[in-house]
Amino acid sequence: MSLNPYLSSLAGGVLIGAAAVLLMLCNGRIAGISGMVRGLLGRDGVAVCGRLLFLGSLVAGAALVERWSGQVPQARADFPGWLLGLAGVLVGLGTSLAQGCTSGHGVCGLARFSPRSLVAVLVFLGVAMLTTFAVRHLWGIA
Amino acid sequence: MKRALARVLAGLIFGAGLALAGMTLPGKVLAFLDVTGAWDPSLLFVLGGAVLTAMLGYQLVFRLGHPLFDTRFHLPPTQPIDGALLLGSALFGIGWGIAGYCPGPAVALLAVPRNPEALVFLGGLVGGVLLAGLLQPGDASSAQDD
Repeated sequence: MSLNPYLSSLAGGVLIGAAAVLLMLCNGRIAGISGMVRGLLGRDGVAVCGRLLFLGSLVAGAALVERWSGQVPQARADFPGWLLGLAGVLVGLGTSLAQGCTSGHGVCGLARFSPRSLVAVLVFLGVAMLTTFAVRHLWGIA
Repeated sequence: MKRALARVLAGLIFGAGLALAGMTLPGKVLAFLDVTGAWDPSLLFVLGGAVLTAMLGYQLVFRLGHPLFDTRFHLPPTQPIDGALLLGSALFGIGWGIAGYCPGPAVALLAVPRNPEALVFLGGLVGGVLLAGLLQPGDASSAQDD
């Protein structure tokens, strides 16, 4: 089914924000995905369990909506696998060093007026735009 | 138990929001980041909607003094804007700009059975997290986003 991209983006954003508020209201926690992934590799069993609950539910929520909307991410045919793997390493390493990603810094950090998060968002958004330009238009990979 | 239920509900809503917003589609994310190409600005509405909702909601929640199911808010301690923040954010930006996946949508890849990008990207992501642990052995703080 076809959705208006602006309306669905706005509604999706509001849901993401609402999920962050719910987690703060109930548990007093920041909804940061990279930190939860990082925490999965820790040794505290109870904390690992809680993070798995959130991340597993995230997968289920995304699966439900993708099934309903038909907008399922497809693997790209001509995208080099090594480049995809390298991108994954950079995302894992970078969000660990910066202690946050689009959710922890981008949504939760900006929402509580954290100067660190504002700097992080400006840097990763700017660098991402430059990188996409270089990869697509200088290097010719799309 | 209540805390576990809250995590499940918040996770479901978060994942549904990502998919509804189009954040799980790397082609759409890259079309947003590609400002000199056929630019798709709709993802600005994701960030705007999410930040405004969280901003208003946090204001109300923090007035309670403590969360419903815990004795205190677990907020990250105030830290300086340092080299690790700048370098880390830049490296993350490079990876995001290449592939179009930030960590949430990368995890959401598991919603799609047999997408080969899931294994490759998530494998790299876990490797990057472990690499950061080797580079910063004493730094177990994950407060900012947990």
